[in-house]
Amino acid sequence: MDTVIEVRNLDLSYGDYAVMQGLNFTVQKGDIFVVMGGSGCGKSTLLKAMVGLLEPVKGEVLYEGKSFWGEDDAKRNAIMRRFGVLYQGGALWSSLTLGENVALPLKLYSRLSDEQVREMSELKLSLVGLGGYSSLFPSQISGGMRKRAGLARAIALDPDIIFFDEPSAGLDPVSARMLDDLIIQLRDALGATIVVVTHELASIFAVGSNAVFLDAGTKTMIATGSPKELLANSKDPRVMQFLTRGQMQGAIR
Amino acid sequence: MSSEKLLLDYPTPETLQIKLIGDWRAGAGIPPVSEVAAQLTAHPDIKQIKVDVLALSHWDSGFVSFLLKLERDCEAKGVRLMQEGLPQGAQKLLALALKVRQMDTPRTALPESFFEGVGGRAIKIKDGALSLLDFLGEIVFAFGRLVKGKAFFSLSDFLFISQRCGVDALPLVSLISILVGMILAFVGAIQLKLFGAQIYIADIVGIAMVRVMGAVMTGILMSGRTGASFAAELGIMQTNEEIDAFRTLGVNPVEYLVVPRVMALVLMMPLLTLYADLMGILGGLVVSSGMLGINPIEYLNHTKEAVKLNNLWVGLAHSIVFGIIIAVAGCLRGIRCDRSASGVGEATTQAVVSAITGIVIATAIITFVCQVIGV
Repeated sequence: MDTVIEVRNLDLSYGDYAVMQGLNFTVQKGDIFVVMGGSGCGKSTLLKAMVGLLEPVKGEVLYEGKSFWGEDDAKRNAIMRRFGVLYQGGALWSSLTLGENVALPLKLYSRLSDEQVREMSELKLSLVGLGGYSSLFPSQISGGMRKRAGLARAIALDPDIIFFDEPSAGLDPVSARMLDDLIIQLRDALGATIVVVTHELASIFAVGSNAVFLDAGTKTMIATGSPKELLANSKDPRVMQFLTRGQMQGAIR
Repeated sequence: MSSEKLLLDYPTPETLQIKLIGDWRAGAGIPPVSEVAAQLTAHPDIKQIKVDVLALSHWDSGFVSFLLKLERDCEAKGVRLMQEGLPQGAQKLLALALKVRQMDTPRTALPESFFEGVGGRAIKIKDGALSLLDFLGEIVFAFGRLVKGKAFFSLSDFLFISQRCGVDALPLVSLISILVGMILAFVGAIQLKLFGAQIYIADIVGIAMVRVMGAVMTGILMSGRTGASFAAELGIMQTNEEIDAFRTLGVNPVEYLVVPRVMALVLMMPLLTLYADLMGILGGLVVSSGMLGINPIEYLNHTKEAVKLNNLWVGLAHSIVFGIIIAVAGCLRGIRCDRSASGVGEATTQAVVSAITGIVIATAIITFVCQVIGV
């Protein structure tokens, strides 16, 4: 398998406050890679460093062997154009309709006619089950629909890598499950690699083919591997406590 | 285009075979679906469409978009689009896009006629006026509850807002007032020099600043500074449902958010205006002593004689009215803000525009009233 993302000796901090240290892991092509850990452990911070929003203090993020933070802005932007990012609340542009939200990246980065842009954005909205909703504004739809519309925008440019920040946060179990299925379907259909930041156990076991576990206490990663195997084999009490929803306690603090 | 990327063939009368050639990525140019759809209309016998992709070199979702549109056209005409042989990924994407039924009623508004437009505008103006009265009423009631000691009122919030719209505005007010005083003195000096009556500069600057200019300039500054900030602050709170949170907590947002702002500005505007008057006179002094060689002491004495206390009361009355106008405009626009980023921008603009318009209209009315009662 091809390595798409490689994180090497990564240290992250906000100013003087260190969030994570010594992160090392790789993401293979076609993986659904889960970044997991308790609330406030630095999952979203790691995501920020991977998508270009926060510069790490030390270490490297490599995309297909190419350094991400070591390059100048233009080269980094070229790598970033191959990403799609789904933010927690969808982060739709509130003054644009759903159709315009999806169309904007297409207008910026492709030379399609207006008609083709419209058709493409309609296709992307159809892929997430929002066909026909393109003239609505984000404020007129529900939270779950906003998330799916955000996903439609994230896949507008046929990205090679899609990042999800807490995809199931704030969704009911059925919607969360549907979004999980959608993640898998899109991975299969687009052939994309997927990185999911989440602490939802159901999601982790449903979609995750590989994972890294971050620990807030030691400020580093303490396990990698497929979530199911970790549940079966991990010796670390912190990982087990997390993966069993706190049923295995005692060993920790 | 059709000759390059799209070849049409009829193996049987009921079958249309389309052969796709070359690069079918969105950026490389994709033929319009109408080329195929036209064939369906021209040959009503066609029952199925076969797609030959052997010569297809590249594809992306632009290709899937083409297929989706074709599938929808076929469906409308009762023709079957054979998916066998399509690239696996494309089949999956197509299946995903077709899984959920298209929402049937696209909500597109009909274009409105001229009369509808005029009527709609008139209704909007009426609604706007009612909403303003409604809001003013709410503020009066809230004040009533405050006086009776029944309102939720945070003294620290009030002091904080007062500081932000009072003390923090001093540098800006100083700069602008000194400049206005200097400009008045300059303009007056050129005319008065002709008559050798330079000393009357003190009268012009003093009366103009104290009676109206100090209050108007401060009002305009505060509309841009504080009115806009009230609208943006409350607008964002409305967007984030923070105002709803107050309501469900049983706290009247007008009481908790609007009243302290109105009070703070009504308290601060007269103080700022007094300060602006002083700075304006100082600006006049600088110009007249520097340019016309008038003795500063003489200038101040002349000012003292010329500016009657009446002028000061009129100026302060202006400033209190302006304070109410600015605070109410800012808070009203903020609280009634649309829940979107552009809504907040619109609310801020509207707050400044209505405050400045209100200030000019109020100045005209007060000037007229003073004229009538002879103050």
